[in-house]
Amino acid sequence: MTNILIVGVGGQGTLLASRVLGNYAINRGLDCKLSEVHGMSQRGGSVVTHVRIGEKIYSPIINEGDADIIIGFEKLEALRWRHYLKKDGIIVVNDQEIMPMPVIVGAMAYPVGVFDQIRSEGMNLLVINATDIAKNCGNIKVANTVMIGALAKNIGFKREDIIEAVTNTVPCKLLQVNLLAIDKGYSAK
Amino acid sequence: MKKIMLGNLAIARGAYEAGVTVSTAYPGTPSTEITEAIADYKDIYVEWSPNEKVALEVAIGSSIAGARSICCMKHVGVNVAADPLFTIAYTGVNAGLVLVVADDPGMHSSQNEQDSRYYAMANSIPMLEPADSQEAKDMTKLAFEISEKYDTPVMLRTTTRVSHSQTYVEECDRVDVAIKPYKKDITKYAMMPAMAKKRHLVVEDRIKQIAIDSNKLEINRTIIKSTKLGIICSGVSSQYVEEAMPDASILKLGMVFPIPLDLIFEFASKVDELIIAEELEPIFEREIKAAGIKCKGKEIFSIQGELSVAIIKNKLLGVPIPVADNTLPVRPPVLCAGCPHRGVFYILNKLKLMVTADIGCYTLGAIAPLNAVDTVICMGASIGMAHGVDKALGCEASSRTVAVIGDSTFVHSGITGVINAVYNKGSSTIIILDNSTTGMTGQQHNPSTGKTIRDQVTHQLDIEAMCIACGVKSVSVIDAYDMKLIESTLKCELAKDEVSVIIARRPCILLTKDARVPYAIDQDKCVRCKACMKVGCPSISKALNGKIVLNPAQCNGCGVCVQMCKFDSIKLVGGAK
Repeated sequence: MTNILIVGVGGQGTLLASRVLGNYAINRGLDCKLSEVHGMSQRGGSVVTHVRIGEKIYSPIINEGDADIIIGFEKLEALRWRHYLKKDGIIVVNDQEIMPMPVIVGAMAYPVGVFDQIRSEGMNLLVINATDIAKNCGNIKVANTVMIGALAKNIGFKREDIIEAVTNTVPCKLLQVNLLAIDKGYSAK
Repeated sequence: MKKIMLGNLAIARGAYEAGVTVSTAYPGTPSTEITEAIADYKDIYVEWSPNEKVALEVAIGSSIAGARSICCMKHVGVNVAADPLFTIAYTGVNAGLVLVVADDPGMHSSQNEQDSRYYAMANSIPMLEPADSQEAKDMTKLAFEISEKYDTPVMLRTTTRVSHSQTYVEECDRVDVAIKPYKKDITKYAMMPAMAKKRHLVVEDRIKQIAIDSNKLEINRTIIKSTKLGIICSGVSSQYVEEAMPDASILKLGMVFPIPLDLIFEFASKVDELIIAEELEPIFEREIKAAGIKCKGKEIFSIQGELSVAIIKNKLLGVPIPVADNTLPVRPPVLCAGCPHRGVFYILNKLKLMVTADIGCYTLGAIAPLNAVDTVICMGASIGMAHGVDKALGCEASSRTVAVIGDSTFVHSGITGVINAVYNKGSSTIIILDNSTTGMTGQQHNPSTGKTIRDQVTHQLDIEAMCIACGVKSVSVIDAYDMKLIESTLKCELAKDEVSVIIARRPCILLTKDARVPYAIDQDKCVRCKACMKVGCPSISKALNGKIVLNPAQCNGCGVCVQMCKFDSIKLVGGAK
């Protein structure tokens, strides 16, 4: 059983990841449940996607303390959802800050030292600059694909298997840039 | 073929396979995708209706005419459709009629968390509840069989976690169902007192028979494991129970009304302790207790919110739940960068007006820094409530009160409020935020957009003409990005002792953002007065070095912040985004 929690800000394109992971599970003949957020939170709110892959899945929702890996598309969101991480789990974070409204209006401060905080709690942390990597791939929009590549590597999926899943998911004309992004994400350290 | 599919798409697939030919709905999270997906099946007539009442009435008409019909809505939509629902329970159907209702425990995207099972009980009509996408598809088809077998409308209830989870579904072929001949029968279809008295007896006999037969329904499934503990559950809660309590015996109810009492007696007799794990209201619990069976339910689980594996393990086994870090800044949803509602809300707050708002994206105008909204109750309430303020406190208070409603919500149930305000000699000021779409639910067409669900061009409802026809003498149309004009128009209309309507028009930014040119802040000119931040745009923030920065990747170039800046420091960035 693999529990993958994908967190970010509404509008960041976290739903692509769940579609790729769904195809990964189908290709492997594994049971899979994905739970997404639609509606209000998509308007710039905190969003979470639960992905569970294994022999037999019941709940579509991951328990607190039970995620093998958390993929954070944004730093504060990674910090917010970190109590979902399993002991010895890994948290992969895109090095990006998006200010929430309480910070913009000056009611609260954006937390400083997010990565130190996560490390100090004994969690395995991998920081990825997905935005820059995506730019280098030639399309800033594939930052989410870079994150999927990093996810695949760190959860132990084979490179060719995740490439197959992306090929099944992404439209032809965008395939090449997405495969490049997967590769860069998979190799990111 | 096996596919991984959203629960809502599985319901659409079930409708297709069941031979449905008419499908109606008004969008509402978490139900919207069902009807959007049905629009992809060309064998089915599909429409966005202006509201849930009309949607259900259309489906009732097509069912009586002989076509299998489905009507979909969110839980609060059933309140709007309740009038026809209570009487279609009496008439029964001709071809199958299924009403899909998506509940939202935990209120991910809703103003309340009412439990739709009460509607099935109140109407004495059967209700099914799936636990995953495969069941969603299968139960949609079963609902049509039950509807026709017992001559009753059937409700199919989902919750957010079923509607918005993807699980495996095995697809089957569509069964083409011939149109059933319609036979005139006023004793069945024309509900006047003499006929309705007889039909009410039919309803009561029918539901008794369904209750008896429900004991043999395959979707009511008993799994006997340990005899120490038995748990009764339904829907997604049954998934949680199976995972959290692998040793417990389970009775999973697929039909959640009426419940199979013989089966429950038998189940209860096999276990030492009986627990009811249901989200929201103690509906099973009350019925089971009323039948004289000892059980526990809401003394363990909350009426508010969702269940989960973690909550069940916590309550029944004492397993602690890791807690969230509550010291972090929250991230509530916000009006998008470039949203045409932003400038209007800024002015409303600036003028310190009482704002009766409505259901839609503009509820987001309630939070800081816009702080513009006083009330949010239900679809259409803004206009009636502003009239109520007017009548309670008189003209003077009315000149400080504004109703705010969107275009789709106006068509849904705002028009009657305008008619009422004019008819009863009110003096309300009403702003219609016309963004040419049904925004919050994901940009669906409505009668004022001039397109159907399948993007066919149709008559475009003229909102100005509609207001004039209702008797409003003062109707102005303004650019929702022009803040000076918003302010002057508002002041002018508020001063009038008659009903006036201001239509603030600009398309939803999600429809047009690809064509936008972003702005940037000229740091040489910026004095860091933060005036631009008062409009609460997510693309403007204060950097760690104290500079005010505008993120060009987020900016959609509406220019509202430009109007806030007295120092001419916000400029267009060259070239398109």
